[in-house]
Order: sequence, then structure tokens, then C-alpha cells
Amino acid sequence: MVIQQLSIFLENKAGRLNDVAALLGKAGVNMTAFSLADNSDFGILRVIVSDPHKAQEVLKAQKFAVSLTDVIHLQIANTPGSLSNVLAVLADAGMYIEYMYAFSEGNGANVIIKPDNVPNAVEALQAHKIM
Amino acid sequence: MIWNEHIECMSREQLRDLQTARLKETVERVYHNTPFYRKKMQELGILPSDIKDIDDIQKLPFTTKEDLRDNYPFGLMAVPMSEVVRIHASSGTTGKPTVVAYTRKDVSQWTECVSRCFTAFGATKQDIFQISYGYGLFTGGLGAHYGTENIGASVIPMSSGNTQKQLQIMQDFGATVLCCTPSYALFIADKLADMGISKDDLKVRIGVFGAEPWTENMRKELEEKLGIKAYDIYGLSEICGPGVGYECQNQSGTHLCEDQFYPEIVDPKTLKPVTQATEGELVFTHLTKEAMPLLRYRTKDLTSLNYDTCACGRTAVRMGKILGRSDDMLIIRGVNVFPSQIESVILQMPEFEPHYMIYVNRENNLDTMELHVEARPDLYSDNVGTMISLTKKLTAQLNSILGIAVKVKIVEPRSLARSEGKAKRVFDNRMLK
Repeated sequence: MVIQQLSIFLENKAGRLNDVAALLGKAGVNMTAFSLADNSDFGILRVIVSDPHKAQEVLKAQKFAVSLTDVIHLQIANTPGSLSNVLAVLADAGMYIEYMYAFSEGNGANVIIKPDNVPNAVEALQAHKIM
Repeated sequence: MIWNEHIECMSREQLRDLQTARLKETVERVYHNTPFYRKKMQELGILPSDIKDIDDIQKLPFTTKEDLRDNYPFGLMAVPMSEVVRIHASSGTTGKPTVVAYTRKDVSQWTECVSRCFTAFGATKQDIFQISYGYGLFTGGLGAHYGTENIGASVIPMSSGNTQKQLQIMQDFGATVLCCTPSYALFIADKLADMGISKDDLKVRIGVFGAEPWTENMRKELEEKLGIKAYDIYGLSEICGPGVGYECQNQSGTHLCEDQFYPEIVDPKTLKPVTQATEGELVFTHLTKEAMPLLRYRTKDLTSLNYDTCACGRTAVRMGKILGRSDDMLIIRGVNVFPSQIESVILQMPEFEPHYMIYVNRENNLDTMELHVEARPDLYSDNVGTMISLTKKLTAQLNSILGIAVKVKIVEPRSLARSEGKAKRVFDNRMLK
């Protein structure tokens, strides 16, 4: 399904990541997944949370550069080749993946995908009964 | 509108005679009352009687900020303390503060100059001035205060800081004129949006901005964000404070009160006068000051002078934009760089906020310059590539203007310190001295 991910611009400074984690913790917002894209000067923290709108509000109030981004969340089997099935559909449809991250738990795996065009990717995945 | 038409529109010949007469008196006074100047003149073999014409000013010795510091606090005074009614001092960001003193007449001449400025900006006794320059040792607050009262307008003596309260008072009291530093005005403009106040909720129509150099782009931004017309008021505490110069309605240069302070432009290296309209360092000589008259004080401000009569009718000389300061020029790997150049690049790119910090370091015997700048809040992207190309765009622009590589770092929105007085934006960490 399509869900909203929080994207937060962070300078590379000690403790900055914890500032976000602490704020969200205090606000009672749970993080279920996150990834951090970085280069030498800054990072972009991408987080899936229990309440994206509340999280955005809390972070904005503290002057964080935070935005909500539509991403695709898929639950697939934690078996060899499952991910390839998904990616093949997107590749065949000519979809470009800007970034993705995944984590597995027991028999299942969760995949977060940010394609360049979310509606088109959803259409392709639905046509193959993956979504 | 013109406050003192007799002086501001006086023919150049008449003005010259007035300047000559006043210079002679001033030189006479400092020679007899200030040992510092007597010694300097004796070293140059000059007597007060050698000054017969305003052009003879070139024979006189220069005065620098170091001279003021060396004679801290009252060494350059030409009157006994019993004649002094006011003492101000510069912020002293580097070393000891520089001290200036005023007699009763000095305060009244200063007030006259500020009155000329405010009238030129179109303010009248109907206006309500919110003075958000700092009150205290800094000349900004009290200088603007006295000028406001003198033209009969109402003063709200806010001083700087506590921006939320500033805006509340501005709104509730219906202030029509805002006086502060341009960087603080930007800070106030940003706060406006935060507090959910529209510029239409404010009655402010004139902005009086000074005490630090600013650009045309900053002017546009301030005019747009605050719904005002923004004017430059020029001044430096050593000369009197705000009121040394002002823009008229035509805004084609800053008119100087040259019946009070004689301006010259010299080459900062050779100290020789430059030919007319050429850029160089601005130098002032007090013509009427009693408490602490300075001869040929080097302002370090780089600009040029235009003696053509202005369309507004004033004959008073017009100073061009201040291009930088001869002493804040940074030499990076042998290349001269003025922070104002960097500022103008940032201001020309709508992707960036007008707040920045410059850090100069020396790594492996090589000068490096790093610029921290904020992007517009809505441009912070989820995409690393977008952020990097934003950085690259500014880097390329700076490189083409400055001719040196600057490392650009985009920092988090609202993370750079907003200044409530003069902004300190350059941190030179090279230990070369």
C-alpha cells in the first residue's frame, strides 16, 4: 500500500539524529523503519512512523526541515527470489527506483520503495497482484 | 521634503567657503587642545595657519581606529569633561571599544543631521517611529531617538531584541516608521510569518536601515516582506552616529552632511586622494565637532563620491553604495574577497535565504573558505541529488564571481544565528599574526 514517509534534512552534527528520536519518543510517535541517506555534509533521514502528521508537526515546531513523501510499502515472503519478483515488475514497466530499504522478520519481509512515479508503480504492481 | 534647505541645497561655492571657515576653526582648536594632533602636525611641519583653503586638508595627518584605541578612553578630547554631556562607545567586537564624546552643541548638530535624514525619507511629525536600534553605548538608538523628537514625530523607544514584543507593539501602537539594522529587519520580517501577522496588519510605511552595509536585493526583500519603502541611513559612531548620510526619495546615492563632516576618498594603500568618482576609502574630517574632533578619520569603508546636483535639488555630495571595507577584505590564496560579494551572490539566488556564515581556515598551508547557508524552507528535498545540485549551483556561481573555490554547505533551516544588532558573519580562523 502507499504510505507516508517522513523525510528529514539533517546536518552532520553529533547528536542530531538523537534529537529527532528523542522528540518523536516524547511525542509518543513510534518508528517502525528508517533509513539514512548521507554524504559528507548532510543526511536525509527517512522514517516510517505510527502517526506521520503528528510527527511532522512536532518536528516542524522545532524548525526541522521535514516533509511527507508517498512511498510504497510491500510485505513479501522472506525467501530467496521474492524481492527479485517485485523489482522485475518495476524494471519491466520502465520504473526508476530513487531509493528503497527493507527489513525482514521471521517469515515475512517489509520493503519500502520510492519509485520516481508512485501511481504508475502502483498500477504495475497491482496488475501483477503484488499489491 | 527637505529639512534644512539653506544647507542641503547650498551652492557648491558657498558650501566650500563654509567648509573652509569651519576647517580652519577646527584645526586651530585641535592644535591647541589635543596634544595628539599637535604632535602629529608638528611631525609633519604644519601649523594651523597653513590651512587656508579646504583643499589644504590634504596636508593634515590621518586618524585611524587604532589611534582612538591607543588614546582610550578620553585621550583625543579637545574640551574638559565639564563640557561633555554624552559619551558613547562602539561595540568593540575586536579589542577595546572606541569612545566618542559630545558637547551640548555636538548633540544638537547630530540631531540636526538625523532630522535631515528622516525628513528626506518622507517622515513628518505625524509619524510614529519604532526605534529598534539598540539603546545604550551604541549610537543608533539615542541618535535616532533625538532626531525623531526633533522633527516632532512620536518615539517608541523599543531598543533591539524581544522580537515578539516588537511586533506586538508595532501592531498595537500603529508604528509607521521602523528604525533598525537591515539584518534585524529581516529577522523581524521572518518572525511576522511565524506569528501569523500579515504585513497588512501593520501601519509601517518607512524603513530606516543602517549601521551595516546592505544590498539592493535586501532592500527589495524588506520592502516586499514588510510592505514598506526602505531607506539607507549611514553613520559611524566616530563621526557622530547615524545621520552622517541619507538617501533622498530618488535613492541614487547617500547624501552626506558635508557642512558638518568633510568627506574625501583616498587610495587605501597610498593614502593619496583619488580622482573624482573613483572608488577608494572614505575619510571624514569633523568641521563643527567640539568634544572630540577628528582630522581625516579613515572609515575603512570603500565607496565613491558624486558631486553632481541630485534630482531632488540637494547639492550635498552623494556617496555610492559601500562596496566593502578595506579591513574586512579577506585574502584567500592571494585573491581579494569581500564578504559583500558573497552576500550579493546569495541574494541573487532565490533558492537561498539571506542568512549566511563564512568560515576561513588554513589547512595544510592552504586557505579554505566554507560558506554555510540556508536554503528556502520549502526547497529541502527528500532527494539527496536535489540537495547536492542546489549546493553545486551556488558553488559554481560563487566560483565565477570570486574566482576561487568556496565550499558550500547547506545547513538546516533557521539554524544560523539571526542578529539583533550588527551581524557577525565572517569567522577568520587563520592564525597568521
